[in-house]
Amino acid sequence: MKAKLSAIAAALMVSLSMAFPAAVMASPEDDLKAFREYFKKRFPNVPFEDFVNGVYALDPAAREQWEAIEEFPPYEINIEKGKDLFHKPFKNGKTMASCFPDYKQGIKQNYPYFDTKSGKVKTLELEINECREKNGEKPFPWGKGPIADVSAYLAYLSRGKKIDVKVPNKAAEAEYDKGKHFFYAKRGQLNLACADCHVYYAGYHIRADLLSPALGQVTHFPVYRSKWGGLGTLHRRYSGCNKQVRAKPFPMQGPEYRALEYFHTYMSNGLPINGPGARK
Amino acid sequence: MRKPILITMAASLGVLVACATAQDKSATPASESAIEQGKKLAFDRKKGNCLACHQIAGGTLPGDIGPPLVAMKARYPDKAKLREQIWDARKKNPHTIMPPFGAHRILTEKEIDLVTDFIYTL
Ligand code: HEC
Ligand code: HEC
Repeated sequence: MKAKLSAIAAALMVSLSMAFPAAVMASPEDDLKAFREYFKKRFPNVPFEDFVNGVYALDPAAREQWEAIEEFPPYEINIEKGKDLFHKPFKNGKTMASCFPDYKQGIKQNYPYFDTKSGKVKTLELEINECREKNGEKPFPWGKGPIADVSAYLAYLSRGKKIDVKVPNKAAEAEYDKGKHFFYAKRGQLNLACADCHVYYAGYHIRADLLSPALGQVTHFPVYRSKWGGLGTLHRRYSGCNKQVRAKPFPMQGPEYRALEYFHTYMSNGLPINGPGARK
Repeated sequence: MRKPILITMAASLGVLVACATAQDKSATPASESAIEQGKKLAFDRKKGNCLACHQIAGGTLPGDIGPPLVAMKARYPDKAKLREQIWDARKKNPHTIMPPFGAHRILTEKEIDLVTDFIYTL
């Protein structure tokens, strides 16, 4: 018994020390390769594209229940609402389509992107509100409600399109590095990093909850959660995961979460958009 | 002139007394009620929430991130080492996922004593 336990403890130590160090300077391409390799080794039976299904790629019983839910998607009404909002004329007569001319062919897979003009990381939600303000409308509140509905509509139009986030220059790489640092940094009273739960211990249970791999986490957002009783954005989820470790969450769509989304989404490059999704 | 000497004496007596009680604590088995309180703290989601990561006898729906907490006396002949692990697991593994319960004031010193008493019975 004793020997077995120390063997388990030793195995855990090894798995932690094998984890790639956050401080090492590496190009985004190198990071991406290492990230994919890590999850491929950890979950050899999960095909690359199946990572978009989060915990359901790991737990066949939960997957069955979830597939039943997806047959009558709880977010369908949100896609409809988002579509209406997207095509409803502003007071000036224009619609959101004027800001997103390519929306029909699917645009979500290209977000977030580094805007070389402003030097900022632009997320889809940020641009939805920028579009409203540019047209003399009030911005939507972040997190849930109409912003999530519009985002769900645009995600839906991108289904099957592969995530293609780019890091075009040094300034963009600086934002990427900020996001990467955020992801690997311990925080909160409980001293936990995103990577602790979603890289090193992905596939383990925290209480009864299975921890999803970080690879593929962003593909199905915005997400309908039964816990929320509705749809929420990725930044709402970031905020929840920060509170969970008793850290003060950052403002949604502030520079910290946008940088995090930039890194986090880049790590899922090549995976197809399957949003909006449904989760527990 | 006499006063400082008395104070020093009192202080050193105090230290002696403190050492004595500290030793007593590890030498004598913890009381039933201390163990019960420690168990409550260990299982409480807002306190230790040890079940988030460890299988512990008497607890339901445990996680499997950390090793099951069993045979503690055999694994920790020195109870102080067990307390240290709970107080700050980073001492043994700087990258640990286990929260530093003492160092980050997640639990008070007293609460850590109680949790240690309970875990030591496993
Ligand atoms: C204490 C453990 C823990 C930490 C630390 C943590 N999370 Fe989570 N996270 C969870 C749990 C549990 C869930 C729900 C189950 C799942 O899908 O993984 C979750 C879910 C998520 C999801 C939704 C996955 C999906 O498929 O919809 C995202 C995205 C996410 N976390 C991102 C993050 C990020 C980014 C951080 C750091 C800012 C973070 N998490 C930190 C425990 C954690
Ligand atoms: C978020 C996860 C997590 C939580 C919560 C947690 N632990 Fe741990 N614990 C671990 C891990 C992982 C290890 C293995 C060693 C390491 O990686 O540091 C460990 C190791 C231990 C050990 C050493 C076991 C051995 O075999 O040597 C003890 C004792 C322990 N934990 C007690 C506790 C107690 C008591 C609590 C609650 C007050 C607790 N842990 C909460 C993750 C956790």
